[in-house]
Amino acid sequence: MPSKKSVKKPKIDPFYKNFKGTKWKNGIDVRDFIQNNYKTYDGDESFLEGPTKMTQKLWKKTKKLLKKEFKKGGIFDIDTKTVSTITSHEAGYIDEKNESIFGLQTDEALKRSLKPGGGIRLAEASLKQLGYKPDPMIHEIYSNYVTTHNDAVFDIYKHWDDFYTPAGKFFRSEGIITGLPDNYSRGRIIGDYRRIALYGVDKLIEERKADEKKLCGYMNEENIERRVFFHKQLKALKDIKQMAQEYDFDVSVPASDVKEAIQWLYFGYLAAVKEQDGAAMSLGRVDAFIDIFAERDLQAGKYSEAEVQQFIDDFVVKLRVVRHLRHPEYDALFAGDPTWVTCALGGMSEKKKHMVTKTSFRLLHTLENLGPAPEPNLTVLWAAGLPKGFKNYSTKIAIESSSLQFENDDLMRGYHGDDYAIACCVSAMTVGKQMQFFGARCNLPKLLLMCINEGKNELSGDLVMEGVGPLKHRKVLDYKEVSQRFYKMMDWLAKKYVETMNVIHYSHDRHHYENSQMALHDAEIERFMAFGIAGMSIVADSLSAIKYAKVSPVYNKKGIAKGFKIKGDYPAFGNDDKRVDDIAVDVCKRFITALRKYPTYKNAKHSLSLLTITANVVYGKHTGATPDGRKAFEPFAPGANPMHNRDKCGALASLNSMAKLPYKYCRDGISNTFSITPSTLGKDEAIRVANLVDMLDGYFKKGGHHINVNVLDREVLEEAMKKPWKYPQLTIRVSGYAVNFIKLTREQQEEVISRTFHKKFY
Amino acid sequence: MKTTNIVKMSVKDKKNVRPVSKVRGMIHSFETFGALDGPGLRFVVFFEGCPLRCAYCHNRDMLDLKDYMEMSAKELYEKVKDYKEYFGKQGGVTISGGDPVFQPKFLLEFLKLCKKGGIHTTLDTSLMTSRAVLDSVRKYVDVFMISLKHFDDDIHKSLTGVSNKPILENIRYLSDKGAKIWFRYVVLPGYTDTRANLKALREFLKEVKFELIDLLPYHTYGVYKWKKLGLKYGLDKIKPPTMRKVLKIKKMLEKEGYKVLLNS
Repeated sequence: MPSKKSVKKPKIDPFYKNFKGTKWKNGIDVRDFIQNNYKTYDGDESFLEGPTKMTQKLWKKTKKLLKKEFKKGGIFDIDTKTVSTITSHEAGYIDEKNESIFGLQTDEALKRSLKPGGGIRLAEASLKQLGYKPDPMIHEIYSNYVTTHNDAVFDIYKHWDDFYTPAGKFFRSEGIITGLPDNYSRGRIIGDYRRIALYGVDKLIEERKADEKKLCGYMNEENIERRVFFHKQLKALKDIKQMAQEYDFDVSVPASDVKEAIQWLYFGYLAAVKEQDGAAMSLGRVDAFIDIFAERDLQAGKYSEAEVQQFIDDFVVKLRVVRHLRHPEYDALFAGDPTWVTCALGGMSEKKKHMVTKTSFRLLHTLENLGPAPEPNLTVLWAAGLPKGFKNYSTKIAIESSSLQFENDDLMRGYHGDDYAIACCVSAMTVGKQMQFFGARCNLPKLLLMCINEGKNELSGDLVMEGVGPLKHRKVLDYKEVSQRFYKMMDWLAKKYVETMNVIHYSHDRHHYENSQMALHDAEIERFMAFGIAGMSIVADSLSAIKYAKVSPVYNKKGIAKGFKIKGDYPAFGNDDKRVDDIAVDVCKRFITALRKYPTYKNAKHSLSLLTITANVVYGKHTGATPDGRKAFEPFAPGANPMHNRDKCGALASLNSMAKLPYKYCRDGISNTFSITPSTLGKDEAIRVANLVDMLDGYFKKGGHHINVNVLDREVLEEAMKKPWKYPQLTIRVSGYAVNFIKLTREQQEEVISRTFHKKFY
Repeated sequence: MKTTNIVKMSVKDKKNVRPVSKVRGMIHSFETFGALDGPGLRFVVFFEGCPLRCAYCHNRDMLDLKDYMEMSAKELYEKVKDYKEYFGKQGGVTISGGDPVFQPKFLLEFLKLCKKGGIHTTLDTSLMTSRAVLDSVRKYVDVFMISLKHFDDDIHKSLTGVSNKPILENIRYLSDKGAKIWFRYVVLPGYTDTRANLKALREFLKEVKFELIDLLPYHTYGVYKWKKLGLKYGLDKIKPPTMRKVLKIKKMLEKEGYKVLLNS
């Protein structure tokens, strides 16, 4: 291995030259470091630099690889022989001489690796379906000698009577609770990767050892368990040092400049994505942190603006090539190979000082320097008090790239302080201090159908819940009867849902623990258990239809409602109509209240999301006709969105309905995907930017939580379906993430096109 | 199954709320996201009724006083107020139609409420109204958005059913009084893009003070509304202008030093 850098070991002090504050020096406290040192930036984007020659060459090479990957059906290559760990692979490069930030998951860019700890069956099934042969040795070990997370969970399922339906099936197969991480990694955990850059790994090891001494005195069960986890974390920290050594870097000490700061924190992230392949492996919040180093180097004349941008661009290239081995079934749920390298930007401090720095701009600018792309999942933490220059620039980028999401910092800051980040799409967590147990979501429309169908699955006819019985009012549905029954059954579902989650996360902790990510958390953390609802707008509209119109089920021979006749109008969610919007709010409140009745593993706090990801298409496929008039198998609306084209009072009415959904009940986030044509947003670029700024200010002032912004013409998408090769970088926001449009399945593309595009002709 | 006219239903439901004023307005519909009808983001209210009968009207369904909801100015104001957060420094309400001057009393009452509530108002109008109405509303209107149909009075009459003389007089009057004016100019091939009409336009623009002119390429997206009503569209066979042509007019006006808006 040729040495790119002389490995140096100076004393601690030089690392912290010109950095203010003391609290962060005495313990692990990245927030304190940031608050003491970051420099706000109030200007516009004019300081930004274009891509350097090195960046251009590197990106050109990367694009070639990406093209090859696309041509090969989405899989560039898979290393079937190696179980991926922090140290499993030799150093890998894209274009070594043109790189400034180093590190790949395997020895080659885009080559995927095996992480069978979540479950060997699914991993091997994925390989086979993709045309690769599982390695016999790995098969032997993981099938016979290692208990994977998946094995552990299913062993409990099998012997848990209540988990079987009266028809003798696993409850999880009925499509009511779905997407649960019981056969793959749970993800959604954000390590505080910045700690490596600020403190160096040795200091982190020292601190964790001190934690152990302090917290694990008496050898009782709790403390022994804690020690076990701490030791796993310590091992991971040592492994990170070894991994960095492979690239000739010494991360035992703090980073000495901005380039190293990026490199060091990237190594932290890289360790996470070598160990784990959860659906969402998010990056956290790094803009102000990196900026402090950048400012120091710029002041000292060590690097130029162009060089700093180059480091950021290269960092982003690395984040764009993160890959995981996914099962084709998973692809159908979460289309387009997302990795949710969610990166939160901007926001305000608890002292009401905004946290926009030049690096917030630089990160957004990568979408111009490298062109649009879905990853990293750039997330602007919007606050009323953000500077105008940043509001304008971020909306301008959103309009040009349809690659950004915006979330309400004024809302979240109250709960999570000023050093939180977003995992996946909408899940806020204080970095290094909070984690969550991911729980996907349940299909509430299906539960509603069970009320009408005597506890049976409306598609298979199987009995899922006993003792439901027929409705009194079978011909025309009665609102009171249906809603009361629905809320009762919600309670039944809540119990099963919490119990299942407890099983899953108990097992995940023991059999597929996030060693490196948890090493980059405090020793004592707050945990959430994140539940979710899919099909919120269908439930609200269905109940509204039953209440305000006449809904008559059409029964088949088995007495199952196969369709619904609706007489009269009903208010639909998305039109700022209190009558139905209140129903939606009530459903959220009742469901979280039901969940909270049931204790969680590790006493995690119950939280709830209204989010579907692209799974809204699959949910639709597994759900019969609903009382709102939605036909069987038709897709759900994404996230918490109003059903397609039912929001008829214009975009702001739709936003007003969304903003009423209560964050206090849905603390894991409320996803809104918003599409508008450019010519509806305003007559020229400057006007569009101003209007989008006003719209976001208004939406968040109203209490809205999240919004994906797409500004494009439907015709562009239709053209891209026909000629995908012409649109390799066409990016759109779907529920909670961005995706390369051409990587969606045809069905998903059609669904995206059928969504409400707010459009007006003038 | 129908989920249309949802707003209408909810407003009708409020009928039992007794308004203070007896004046009731006829409201055709709303567009909550108006980004093309005046400065900033706007809540657009479409008033029913119009003194004109334009051959190419794109809101033909708003003229016949048949399909509308009735509400008090206060009720309408409450609805608009719900969107105040989105208006920023520029936006507000745009009163359109039809033509709002068709319901002058209701218009005035509503405008007063907006002014009192600090909501910016834009009046999208032909200005085919009396001096008295103009005087009553003008101090409550922040922007007059006036459509210049045609400068040849005969053609104006055949296109809109009315003479352009009182309209142009009213514009001059408003200009003298220092009202803020935005013009709209539909680029209608064969009519408003002729050399003669463009010359008349330029001459007229020299006479008055205004902030900008908004070029609207003629389109046929409103034709279906005529068909739905069983009416024969007034301007069959005219195709929308080419973008090149519209851009040429834009350039011409910009050369005169005017600010020109064009959706592009």
